[in-house]
Amino acid sequence: MSSATTDAGTRNEQQAEQALAKQPGRNGHGGSLWGLLAWVVGLLFVSPVLWMVWISFHSEQDASANPPKFTAPLTAVGYRDFFSGGQSPWPSLLNSATASVCSTILVLLLAVPAAYALSIRPVKKWTDVMFFFLSTKMLPAVAGLLPIYLIAKHIGVLDNIWLLVIIYATMNLPIAVWMMRSFLAEVPVAILEAAAIDGARLPTIMTKIIAPVAMPGIAATSLICFIFSWNELLFSKVLTAVVAQTAPVFLTGFITSQGLFLAKVCAAATIISLPVLVAGFAAQDKLVQGLSLGAVK
Amino acid sequence: MSVIDAPPTGRERPTADQPSRTNLQQASAWARRAPLLPALIFMFIITQLPFVATLVISFVRWNALRPDLGRKFTGFGNYRAVLSDPDFRQSIYFTIILTVTVVLVSLVLGLLFALLLDRPFRGRGLVRTLLIAPFLIVPVASALLWKQALLNPVYGVFNGLLTAVWKLFGSNNPPQPDWITSHPRLSVEASLIWQWTPFMMLILLAGLQSRPGDAIEAANMDGASRWQMFRFITLPHLRQYLELGGLLGSIYVVQNFDAVFTITSGGQGTANLPYSIYNIFFTAHDYGQASAAGVIVVIGSILIATFALRTVSSLFQEDGK
Repeated sequence: MSSATTDAGTRNEQQAEQALAKQPGRNGHGGSLWGLLAWVVGLLFVSPVLWMVWISFHSEQDASANPPKFTAPLTAVGYRDFFSGGQSPWPSLLNSATASVCSTILVLLLAVPAAYALSIRPVKKWTDVMFFFLSTKMLPAVAGLLPIYLIAKHIGVLDNIWLLVIIYATMNLPIAVWMMRSFLAEVPVAILEAAAIDGARLPTIMTKIIAPVAMPGIAATSLICFIFSWNELLFSKVLTAVVAQTAPVFLTGFITSQGLFLAKVCAAATIISLPVLVAGFAAQDKLVQGLSLGAVK
Repeated sequence: MSVIDAPPTGRERPTADQPSRTNLQQASAWARRAPLLPALIFMFIITQLPFVATLVISFVRWNALRPDLGRKFTGFGNYRAVLSDPDFRQSIYFTIILTVTVVLVSLVLGLLFALLLDRPFRGRGLVRTLLIAPFLIVPVASALLWKQALLNPVYGVFNGLLTAVWKLFGSNNPPQPDWITSHPRLSVEASLIWQWTPFMMLILLAGLQSRPGDAIEAANMDGASRWQMFRFITLPHLRQYLELGGLLGSIYVVQNFDAVFTITSGGQGTANLPYSIYNIFFTAHDYGQASAAGVIVVIGSILIATFALRTVSSLFQEDGK
C-alpha cells in the first residue's frame, strides 16, 4: 500500500469518526449510559470467573453456604488443601508444563521454516499445501485416537510425556503454519529483493529484515500453541495414567463430589487456569489474528 | 543434492548445456521445498497413517475384552452394529444440535458484545479484557465451575441466589431445581456458549473496526438512520466475519469432549460423537466398532469440510499472495 492511499485511509477514518461523533447520544449523557451498560454486561458475563476466584479464598463451609455468603472472611485453606491434601498436583502441573513448552518449541521448529516456504519464497501450489494443513485440523482427532493408542502400547510409550509432546505438536502445527504465514506475508518483498541485489547474505536478511516482522508473530503463535496444549484433555486422558498425567486430567478427579470441597475445587481450577490467563492476556492484541488463523488482522 | 545425481529421464534426453540448467532449476525448486518438508512429513506420518489404520481396523471384529473371539475380518459388520445402535444415532443428533446451538447463540451474543465495545467509553480496554476471561479458563476447569460452583443443586450459586431472593421477600421455600438433571443438554450448551462468546466477540469486533469509513460518512450525510446504517453497511461488511466465526467455532465445538465428559459424563442423551467414540473404545474396548464409528465421523467431516473449505478459500482470497 502506498503512502498516499494510507493517508487517504486515515483521513477517511478520521472523517468517519467525526461523522459518528455528530450523532445524537454519542457523547455526554448517552455516551456515559452506554459505557455503564457495557460495564454491567461485562461484569455480569465474567462474574462466574470472579465468583470462582472469590470463593476459592473462603473456608469450605462459607464457600458452600446457601444462600451464598458474599463477605465471608478470606482464607487460603482451599489452596492449602489443593497443594497438600491428598494427591499432590505438582507432578501433573510439571507434566503439563513439559508437554506444553516442549511441543510449542517443536511446533516452532517445524512451522517457521514451513511458513517461510509458503510466503517469502513460496513453493509452487503453496495454497494446496496450506489447505492440506487446514484439512487435518477439520478431521476429528478422536478418529485417530485408537491407532495412536495401539501403536503407543506396542512400542511401550504409553504414560510417557514425550508421546503427548508429539501429539500436541501435531495438533498445533496447522494452526502455527497458518498463523506464521500470515505474519511472514507482511515481510516487505521489495526490500528483500533489494537486499539480495545489494549482495546481502541470507543470515543478514534473516536477522535484519525478516526477524523484526516475524518476532511478534512467533511470540503470539507460541502463546496460542501453549494455551491449546495446556488445555487438552482427551488424548492425555487416554494416553497417560499415573506418571505422565497432566493438569486437566488431574482436574477430572473433582467431577464427583467429595463432601465439602468447593473451595478446593475453585482453588484448583484457578491455579490450573492461571498460566492460560497469563498467556492469553499477554497475547491479547494478536489473539484474534491467531485464533482466526491469520484471516483477521 | 540433486545437482549431481539426478538421473536423466529417457524421453527428454538433454543436450550438452541443458542438463545443468534443468538440474539447477530442480535444485532451486528443492531448495525452496526443503524448509517445508519436515513439517509436511511429520504431519503426514502422525495424522494420515493412523487414519489408514483406523480404516483397516474398522473391518475387523476386535473386542479387547473378548480375546476368545479372536480378530476376524467381518466386512461391514462393525458399521452395521454402530449405525443400528440407537445410542450412537442419538449422539450424531446431539452433536449437530450442540454445535448449531452453541455456534449460533455465541455468534449473536458475540455480536451484541462487539457492538457494545465498538463505541468509545471510559474503561473500554478493561471491559474487553474482562469479557475475554471465560475463553481463557481451562475448558475442564470451566466445566467444573459450571457443574460444581454454579449449577450444583445444594451448594451451587444459582440456587443460592434463588434462596437469597426468596428470603428477601420473606419466603423460606425457594425453588431449588437440580439444573443438570432436569436440563442436561441446556447445562452443557450454556457452559460452552459462555466459553465461546468471547471468541466470536473478538472476531466480530475486528470486523466492526475495519468498516470502510467513507461509506459510513456518505450514509451519514444522506441522513441514514442508525438501523439503516447497521442493516445496509455494517451487516454486509460483517458477513464474512460471521462466516469465519461460525466456521472456526464449528470446527472446535464439534470436537468438544471436555464439557460433555465433565458436566454430564454423557448421560441423559448428552453424549456427543467424540464422547461416544471414547466410550466405545475406552470403556467397552470394542476396537472394531470404535474404528467404524471413527470412519463414519471422518466421512461426515469431509462432507462438511468440503463445503466449509469453499467458504474459507473465498475468505482468504483477498489475503492471498
